[in-house]
Amino acid sequence: MTKVTMIVNGKAVSREVPDETLLSDFLREKLRLTGTHVGCDTSQCGACVVHVNGRAVKSCSTLAVALEGAEVTTIEGLSNGELHPMQTAFNEHHGLQCGFCTPGMIMTSVDMVARYKSEGRKLTAEAIRTELEGNICRCTGYHNIVRAVEDAAGKM
Amino acid sequence: MSTGIGARVKRKEDKRFITGKGKYTDDIRGDNQAYAAFVRSPHAHARVKGIDIAAAAAMDGVIAVLDGKQLTGDGIGNIICGWAVSSKDGSPMNMGAWSALATDRVRYVGDAVAVVIAESPAEARLAAEAVEVDYEILPANAHADRALSKSAPQLHDNAPGNLIYDWEIGDGAATDKALAGAAHVTEMALTNNRLSPNAMEPRSAVAIYDASDEHYTLYTTSQNPHVARLVLSAFYQVAPENKLRVIAPDVGGGFGSKIFIYPEEITCLWASMKTNRSVKWTADRSEAFITDAHGRDHHTTAKMGFDKDGRIVGLKVDTIANLGAYMSLFSSSVPTYLYATLLSGQYNIANIHCNVRAVYTNTVPIDAYRGAGRPEACFVVERMMETAAREMGRDPAELRRLNFVQAFPHQTPVIMAYDAGDFDANLDQAMAAADVAGFAARRKEAASRGKLRGLGYSSYIEACGIAPSAAVGSLGAGVGLWESAEVRVNPVGTIEVLTGSHSHGQGHETTFAQIVAERFGIGLDAVSIVHGDTDKVQFGMGTYGSRSGAVGMSAIVKAMDKVEAKVRKIAAHVLEASEADIVIEGGQVKVAGTDKAMGWHEVGLTAYMAHNLPPDMEPGLKESAFYDPANFTFPAGTYICEVEVDPDTGETEIVQFTASDDFGTIINPMIVEGQVHGGIAQGIGQAMLEQVVYSDDGQLLTGSYMDYAMPRASDLPFFSVHNAATVCPNNPLGIKGCGEAGAIGSPPAVINAITDAIGNNNLAMPATPQAVWNAIQAAK
Repeated sequence: MTKVTMIVNGKAVSREVPDETLLSDFLREKLRLTGTHVGCDTSQCGACVVHVNGRAVKSCSTLAVALEGAEVTTIEGLSNGELHPMQTAFNEHHGLQCGFCTPGMIMTSVDMVARYKSEGRKLTAEAIRTELEGNICRCTGYHNIVRAVEDAAGKM
Repeated sequence: MSTGIGARVKRKEDKRFITGKGKYTDDIRGDNQAYAAFVRSPHAHARVKGIDIAAAAAMDGVIAVLDGKQLTGDGIGNIICGWAVSSKDGSPMNMGAWSALATDRVRYVGDAVAVVIAESPAEARLAAEAVEVDYEILPANAHADRALSKSAPQLHDNAPGNLIYDWEIGDGAATDKALAGAAHVTEMALTNNRLSPNAMEPRSAVAIYDASDEHYTLYTTSQNPHVARLVLSAFYQVAPENKLRVIAPDVGGGFGSKIFIYPEEITCLWASMKTNRSVKWTADRSEAFITDAHGRDHHTTAKMGFDKDGRIVGLKVDTIANLGAYMSLFSSSVPTYLYATLLSGQYNIANIHCNVRAVYTNTVPIDAYRGAGRPEACFVVERMMETAAREMGRDPAELRRLNFVQAFPHQTPVIMAYDAGDFDANLDQAMAAADVAGFAARRKEAASRGKLRGLGYSSYIEACGIAPSAAVGSLGAGVGLWESAEVRVNPVGTIEVLTGSHSHGQGHETTFAQIVAERFGIGLDAVSIVHGDTDKVQFGMGTYGSRSGAVGMSAIVKAMDKVEAKVRKIAAHVLEASEADIVIEGGQVKVAGTDKAMGWHEVGLTAYMAHNLPPDMEPGLKESAFYDPANFTFPAGTYICEVEVDPDTGETEIVQFTASDDFGTIINPMIVEGQVHGGIAQGIGQAMLEQVVYSDDGQLLTGSYMDYAMPRASDLPFFSVHNAATVCPNNPLGIKGCGEAGAIGSPPAVINAITDAIGNNNLAMPATPQAVWNAIQAAK
């Protein structure tokens, strides 16, 4: 057991956890932030994506104890009252159906848009599709997800 | 802006999903929560000679280790297939015994033999690994086409030769005669590949036993919680229905795989009683691959005969269908009544005969997966049509058009009576949208870049709105397939609709509210849709087979009819007018042609105050209805796929995918288009990427997302989706259903396009670059 302290959605949290605890379990089971989902066991599906120190990370492949002092943002902490433009765009463009992959899709897409903006690169539909390689959706065929990300990119 | 029928209303349910507030089964934690881990067979076929639990039982955190002997000893019944299909000689299907925990024999990799209940998931898993099972390994077979051979290992004693049934439909002699006299016969061997459904939310169960009144609650990932309760109670004897509440909260996709009642839910309920603890089990993805029912796996030969003018004279089909190691809940119906009854496609075919042999293999059970039987039928018919057109030197679109059913109703020789459609309209719309006229130029331009460009059609039809209860009853179904609804108008005029349909991505909280809000002239926010809880909703058959619109919404309409009738009586009484003069619009209940009116909420209040009601009227304003459809519905359309193939690598790009669908009345085009997108993506996945692979001895080789190719965003194009509708005459809203069309219509369009590009008709799914490259080489 190791005590780990991190900032989750702007609040400092400390928990004593077994060393093998994954960040996804830490968030879901210790903090009861169940918006972060686990859809596979090989780090492929991306339903578990959160932000660690501002970068998109698969929380199913990250050990909680390795994140001492880190700033973690989950889907629950993405917006403060007002929805984030990416959340709004997913609703506007019907970018979700069952909703299970959605938190990971949104967190990945927010990171994607921010990265392209900071690097001054144009985020084309083709680039969005390539960037979503690590996020699987079984419902939407991605059509409306790509449209949502394109739209939000213009508003972020 | 209108929010009624036809409006692109944004989804009401989205807010909780985009903010991480969805409530899925694994998010629920019972009091005194314990966790289950299953001990599963690593062998495809083995005798269980003994189970030693001593080491596991002594491990940290272990509460109980339970096995199949205890389960059956407590009277928990075998898992059943609920649709009786008889062989052509009249003998009943050979259903092998399937216990939730195997007692003496395991028949596929993943078959559960024991369960560990522990304080944490990690402790349960560690202990499950410590359970020692003594197996005597038996020969195994994973392949349907080998199951019937004399040398194949026998799975069930009551199924000699691994044959479940040998079933037929149609007139074999007449079809043979028609084919014998045909001017041209196209003959093909076609395999419909085996798929894993892969809803993104893995299956999960939280079972909570309350010893104080011997009551069970089950939270589970179900498309049909009432069916789950019925089966768990009536067949598995877990608990009487009045002592069992089943709740399907937010469910993360289903595609058929969450219709069935699996060993894990049964075991969790029973284990909760045994341990007097809440018991939770959530599959990981590896476990999903070896426990969720797979789909398809058909091996077919077919002959289609044409006269000298190109008219179809007969179709003869012979199919071997793999049902896996045991018969899952609806498995028997998929390769029979959901398959062979659609072999007439969109065409006038006087003579059809289909023979189906369903077989056992040492693989995960196979059952309904998005489309269920209808994709298999569409693949046969539409691959045959395209190939026949090429063989006869006819234009594939015109060959279809020549054979289209033009007059409705149309009785096919295989049970179905098509009620409405305009197949020419869909073909025309798709051809215009896909710019078929410009294809030759595009092909030439692609050739200048060294690419092979091809175009393929698929004109699909399906039977949805499942289903008229008496009709399916006569075909062997063990349940009626009606739907129920209750419409509760509250004293303040807000409305709750309780529906037996279940939403796991379909957006019912929005579309169902649209028809209610429009009917009574109130705001969308004043209507709430309640589903997925057997304690709240009176009954329901759930959501599958594209039935929630055609059947579920029809039940709501019937309940609304009753509410409206009572509202009219109340308003006529209060406003001292004739019932016939009452109109409901804009949030008001009015007397036509006068300024006399009541607010909608005043009617509700009047009904509940009961101070001034017509004589003999009961207080309250709540009505329920059960709706049983008069016929199946028949969504249909034409899909056109255009591809470019790199001849050096076999890599195929879909450059354009065009869909023209006839879904009848559309409540919310945004949601319907989303359903089509997702269905097409799954169909393209089947056609180009996905394949469950077993080794010859039954080891699953595609057991994770590292091995099983799920469609990613970069594998797919944007889809060009269009609608040319005829109204369904058999339900009050004219709805046909849209959930499965994409998955049904798209695979043959893709394969027809690739085979057109490469000039070789012999190409199996999935058309991976290697398969395409090999087909190109074979054609040289």
